[in-house]
Amino acid sequence: MNIKTPEALAKMAGVLKSRPKPPVQILVSVGTCGLAAGAGAVLKSIYDEIVERRLENAVEVVEVGCMGLCYAEPVIMLNDRRSGKRLIYGDVTPQQVPAIIAAGTDSIAAGTRTIERSWYYPEFEKPEPGELQARIVLRNTGRLNPEKLEQYIENDGYTALAKALTTMTPQQVIDTILASGLRGRGGGGFPTGRKWQFAAAQPAGEKFIICNADEGDPGAFMDRAVLEGDPHSVLEAMAIGGYAIGANTGVIYIRAEYPLAVRRLENAIGQAREAGLLGKNLFGSGFDFDIQIKFGAGAFVCGEETALIHSIEGMRGEPTVKPPFPAVEGLWKRPTVVNNVETFACVAAIIRKGAEWFKSLGTTGSPGTKVFALAGKISKVGLAEVPMGTTLRDIIYRIGDGIRDGRQFKAVQTGGPSGGCITAKNLDLPIDYEALKSIGSMMGSGGMIVMDEDDCMVNIAKFFLEFTLDESCGKCTPCRIGNRRLFEMLEEITDGRGTLETIEKLKALSAIIKDTALCGLGQTSPNPVLSTLANFPDEYIAHVKEGRCPAGVCQKLIHFDISDRCVGCGLCLKNCPVNAISGEKRQRHTIDQSKCIKCGVCFRVCKFHAVDKK
Amino acid sequence: MSCQCGNATPADRAKFEELGKYISSLPIAENPSRSRGFLIQTLHRAQSMFGYLPEEVQKFVAAELKISPADVYGVISFYSFFTDKPLGRHKINVCTGTACFVKGAGKVLEEFKRRLGVSEGETTADGRFFLGALRCVGACSLAPVVMVDDRVYGNMTAEKVADVLAQIAD
Repeated sequence: MNIKTPEALAKMAGVLKSRPKPPVQILVSVGTCGLAAGAGAVLKSIYDEIVERRLENAVEVVEVGCMGLCYAEPVIMLNDRRSGKRLIYGDVTPQQVPAIIAAGTDSIAAGTRTIERSWYYPEFEKPEPGELQARIVLRNTGRLNPEKLEQYIENDGYTALAKALTTMTPQQVIDTILASGLRGRGGGGFPTGRKWQFAAAQPAGEKFIICNADEGDPGAFMDRAVLEGDPHSVLEAMAIGGYAIGANTGVIYIRAEYPLAVRRLENAIGQAREAGLLGKNLFGSGFDFDIQIKFGAGAFVCGEETALIHSIEGMRGEPTVKPPFPAVEGLWKRPTVVNNVETFACVAAIIRKGAEWFKSLGTTGSPGTKVFALAGKISKVGLAEVPMGTTLRDIIYRIGDGIRDGRQFKAVQTGGPSGGCITAKNLDLPIDYEALKSIGSMMGSGGMIVMDEDDCMVNIAKFFLEFTLDESCGKCTPCRIGNRRLFEMLEEITDGRGTLETIEKLKALSAIIKDTALCGLGQTSPNPVLSTLANFPDEYIAHVKEGRCPAGVCQKLIHFDISDRCVGCGLCLKNCPVNAISGEKRQRHTIDQSKCIKCGVCFRVCKFHAVDKK
Repeated sequence: MSCQCGNATPADRAKFEELGKYISSLPIAENPSRSRGFLIQTLHRAQSMFGYLPEEVQKFVAAELKISPADVYGVISFYSFFTDKPLGRHKINVCTGTACFVKGAGKVLEEFKRRLGVSEGETTADGRFFLGALRCVGACSLAPVVMVDDRVYGNMTAEKVADVLAQIAD
């Protein structure tokens, strides 16, 4: 297979589309989450059942990437091509498979969990009521087999590249991206078209386009989902970007923690080369483009573009001062554009459908959609792609189904370690880049960690500081030493040694670090401290003035006591890991406070609520 | 460049030879001034072969890529993935990413420390277990998560730690 012209591509897509297909399609989600939850056994059971019932010609099984329904993995979807009916099953076990297949799409198999689809595909559908999600970035993820180029081509794959190379000049491509208002989805929100324009304006010669797949924000996994579920859309977009800026080489910088994503990318690159969609003279346009993969090695700061470039060059991933910007002097000192996975995943759709279409979704300042990774104390952990301007309340309560175990919402952390906490009073704010900034947080890569009343906000701030300390490259003093001091002050507070003065010092030093650190990582590292201080001042004050942790988290400030509700069952005594509990059977037990390590096991195991946590 | 491994065992010599072959398969000659660009992938390969990156391996890689051993060490000490000390037979990594953290990864880590008698980043005296922490494996729906070698254990609690350890045979 060698696709040399747009006509050849169209012909191939036509043949693929008109191929007779089995009436029923079963999609099985086999991303990292799905596999860890047991999708492998479910898949095997489906294949076995099909052979058993001789349904080879009636049912098509498609192994797809993440559908975003991580809370219900393993997930499968049945599509009936004749009736257009579909059914999504969650928490599927291999034992349920025969009943599910027997029921088809006409009825729901007994004893199973079904899920309503909460998304639509703006490229080819109108939303039904309840479909809050608009999937552009995730348009193929969870729908197509990521290991099959034919499926990508059948679904308009590589038509945007063909269109750009054969009907548009590089400047027209840039103008389209500029007009679409697409902004960097890695966190900064810089207009993608302007980045491309800068690099294109540099004198011709060797240039590079880099895909930043070093998804380092803990709690963000949308890039992994795209790479595992739809690798070709990233390759196609990189080629389009390469054409726009005049780069013939693309580099994907990916973290070593994503082995499945790496495998699927390598497979996709191999297929694209074989099909002539990467390599020399693409679509007969004279434009050459190829892609290589480079690996990270566990360094959060490498998500910063100058650090990332140094890492590709085989150096320590330390950032350098901008300017010079990478667009002028980047990889191997050549003009370079660095875009994030999610940004690339928007590009082909924009070229196909036009800038106006893209702008019809989202807000004026932030067009399009954003993928959020919902995690923490939320009922439905997973991925949600919504138009910019959707409220947090819709995301957390309508898509995420609220807080787990009926607990109270306390805050949501966005923007990862550089972001901030958002409280209940801002739940109805339509969110985009500016809105989040205005309330002291940031978009970041789109991780949303939901917290309930059991989370101590001082401890959360300490957690993020610890993360920054770990990941600080050590090059500049404010970040290396300043953050260490911030961490120590937070530790004083959570240990009960802090005073009101400690809080003042925290504020002052945070401001200094923000102003003086070298790179984005350092400049934003005090954000979690500042935002928890601004939103939860009472919690800080309770720690320092009353020696009390309101959430009951900070170990040095809590203690456990056994009340007179104790019936002397001995369960706590048996479970205490340090033998701090004593007492006769059927007598009230006591805790030796000098031995207690405050692990809370007694509190959790007591069936009579006789252990008090104070 | 010949191997500098001196008194290495035959098994080690075979590994050095294989590493040498890997390096010569890389397209370094296309642009020798950019040979450093192959350093990180070479170190990944070397660590998967040797289990860690001892000084002899670092010097070997430096010589093959024609860069200084100090530069190689600089890279190894910067990235958390690389280690110049041998790790335990089984690598236990507790995820301490944000989602796992808010769901109690700290307690799970403490319990591993207590049961194994080591701190984070250490190997037990018998060489069986290495205990580490890592940041987010992207399986946040199963938080808190522990990785033992390549296997993911989800929805962990301090109480389940003993079971996980008991499942490791050797």
